[in-house]
Amino acid sequence: MRPALVLGAALSALALVAALISLIWTPYDVTALQIGARLQPPSEAHWLGTDHFGRDILSMIMAGARTSLAVALVAVGIGMGLGVPLGLAAAAHRGRWLDEAIMRGNDLIFAFPSLVIAILITAVFGPSALNAIIAIGIFNIPVFARVARAGALSLWTLDYIRAARVAGKHRTRISVEHILPNIANLLIVQGTIQFSLGILAEAGLSYVGLGAQPPTPSWGRMLAEAQTMVVMAPHVALFPGLAIVATVLGLNLLGDGLRDALDPRLRGRVA
Amino acid sequence: MSLLTLETLSVQIGPTAILREVSLSLAPGEIVGLVGESGSGKSMTALAIMGLLPPGAQVSGTVRLEGREITALPERALCRLRGNEVGMIFQEPMTALNPLMTIGDQVAETLMVHQKMPRAEALAVARDRLDRVGLTAPRFPLDLYPHELSGGQRQRVAIALAIALRPRLLIADEPTTALDVTTQAEVLSLLHDLARSEGMALLLITHDLAVVAGMADRVAVMQAGQVVETGATERLFRRPKARYTADLLAASTHHPAAARAPQKGAPLLTVSAATRSYRLPRPKPFAPHPELRAVDNVSFTLSAGESLGLVGESGCGKSTLTRAILGLDPLASGAITLSGHPVSPEMPSHARADVQVVFQDPYGSFNPRQRVERLVAEPFHLTGRPADWRDRVAEALRDVGLSPDDRGKFIHEFSGGQRQRIAIARALITRPKLIVLDEAVSALDVRVRAQVLDLLAGLQRSHDLAYLFISHDLSVVRAVTTRCLVMQAGRIVEQGPTEALFTAPQHAYTARLLAAAPQIPQAWTEERHATALV
Repeated sequence: MRPALVLGAALSALALVAALISLIWTPYDVTALQIGARLQPPSEAHWLGTDHFGRDILSMIMAGARTSLAVALVAVGIGMGLGVPLGLAAAAHRGRWLDEAIMRGNDLIFAFPSLVIAILITAVFGPSALNAIIAIGIFNIPVFARVARAGALSLWTLDYIRAARVAGKHRTRISVEHILPNIANLLIVQGTIQFSLGILAEAGLSYVGLGAQPPTPSWGRMLAEAQTMVVMAPHVALFPGLAIVATVLGLNLLGDGLRDALDPRLRGRVA
Repeated sequence: MSLLTLETLSVQIGPTAILREVSLSLAPGEIVGLVGESGSGKSMTALAIMGLLPPGAQVSGTVRLEGREITALPERALCRLRGNEVGMIFQEPMTALNPLMTIGDQVAETLMVHQKMPRAEALAVARDRLDRVGLTAPRFPLDLYPHELSGGQRQRVAIALAIALRPRLLIADEPTTALDVTTQAEVLSLLHDLARSEGMALLLITHDLAVVAGMADRVAVMQAGQVVETGATERLFRRPKARYTADLLAASTHHPAAARAPQKGAPLLTVSAATRSYRLPRPKPFAPHPELRAVDNVSFTLSAGESLGLVGESGCGKSTLTRAILGLDPLASGAITLSGHPVSPEMPSHARADVQVVFQDPYGSFNPRQRVERLVAEPFHLTGRPADWRDRVAEALRDVGLSPDDRGKFIHEFSGGQRQRIAIARALITRPKLIVLDEAVSALDVRVRAQVLDLLAGLQRSHDLAYLFISHDLSVVRAVTTRCLVMQAGRIVEQGPTEALFTAPQHAYTARLLAAAPQIPQAWTEERHATALV
């Protein structure tokens, strides 16, 4: 068994379970302010303490997980949904103008630092979780397009693709029927990695106030708000920070572990 | 005294016995051929001699090099041994060299590492070794990179590397399998000459009996990890003792039932003045693109039910021509018609159903994620899937000697020979008139190859098929075709009835190809046939 894969899966599952539970129940209402109980250290009533408005930090982390995962998931969905077809189309038309157009378009997006453009988009259209999703999603498109194209190009040279062409199948059909299932491994692994990057990007945008707006809880904004009080009440900053680290680490370990587990060339090395 | 002695060498990896009591010896200057089918343990024997077995391998028995037991030596001592006393050449000249190092540096590096030679001196020796393998000074300077050399030249560099330290023993593992026949002949003669003139023992590992027939003093035949027979080459070929050896020899000279005379009437496939060229990179900025005429004014016809061979070395344009005949790539000029329909990438599906193809690599020919049923049924895309398609798949599988129950399996559950049968089933499913066999038996072991050739001959009779048989292997083409085309640099240089072409070639290139092809002397096999009849 692979310990990294198990640890990664466990951490990712923890974040997911927290987010799912928060949909129906959190220990305290995350919008209820209790100024009297502000900045309490961890106790039996509040396991992770309370913040400067007296809100329960555990509840906010659970609800924040929902925001982070939802933003990252939809962003990866946008990236995969648009990037993979573009990559497959580029590979199917290798060396022709369509390939060139798609890949140069990708280069264009790649050329800008992603966070800067995300800030630009949210600055123009106003900060919100939706705009954060769109901004992060756009930057996932070229990543998936490249991965899909690279994987597809090596498959296009194989005989079974030639056999399918002799069977009169169109490029699009071959891409869907023969190429896509055989590059699914690559895409799943890349998806996991992009997912963790999406969580980081969402936390970063929220930290500078361009992500989810109050009262929607968000790990990045919790960090930003705790910043001024870090000496008085370090736990207010510590726990959301740990949540981000654990989730991102977990997803990265999961991605690495999946790559090893799904790659038949690596399979069997760890006996 | 013998240079290398293996005594009851056994290797086990996990529960699997890889080598079983292999015994073998080589005298200085002797050439021993080690032959066997894939998986018989040939390469493992070589790795055991080099001390390169994978971790976890359990070794028993002895390997003695010049009287010294080496199985128990520590890694450090083995490192000194490799290169110094034992050199090795591998099959794939494309990957055996470092693409970022010049050939001179690669050869010199061995000397600098093993003999602590200063660089200038090492380069001088490297020059001498490269001269020795035929890459002489003015044409092949030391600062060439591997990509600037052809496959055969790279294999020569690999040989120069292996003999840089003048090892006593050279192990060549399928050294010419990836090379064209004419290049193969040159590399083999170089190895032969090196062994004789430098007193170096050569262990030649190959699946090709014809190669050892012309090279080796003695031959050891391996099967399933065991040496089943060892003997002087001529004796072994004339009077094999082991049943397995006799089977191998029979399979390698196997002639399937003669192909039928082609039907009269309008030709099935007509290729007239077909030309296709590729644009090469500009030699200078703004210079016009030079063109490579991959297929240059090629014309021929193929009748229904005929077996036509197409031979030529790599880069001669066979593959380009094949793709055009399959309607995958367009022609620059000229025309191809199949049963009267023009062939092009835009041809309608029902016309396309008349031609199918079987490729060389039984491992790359199938989508690993689909079941056999779906793989075989794929060409139905052309004709529309008939209602009884499952029965048709079962019938095709039965035709190629497999069970209809194999429909639900995945491709990795089959051996190479079985996969090639499935590829043939896929080609048969639309009941085509022409099947293009693109090196279809080249990757198969001789005994499996003989079976597949018999299968193809049988199918041709029962299904009224025409074959276009594309191969670099002259003996196979000779055995299965009635007419043959020889292609060189994009042109058909000679065509005619196969037997006439092989016995009295008219074109110089055909004669050169035939002379270079390794052959088992006819006299050796005649005697065997005679004894077999008794």
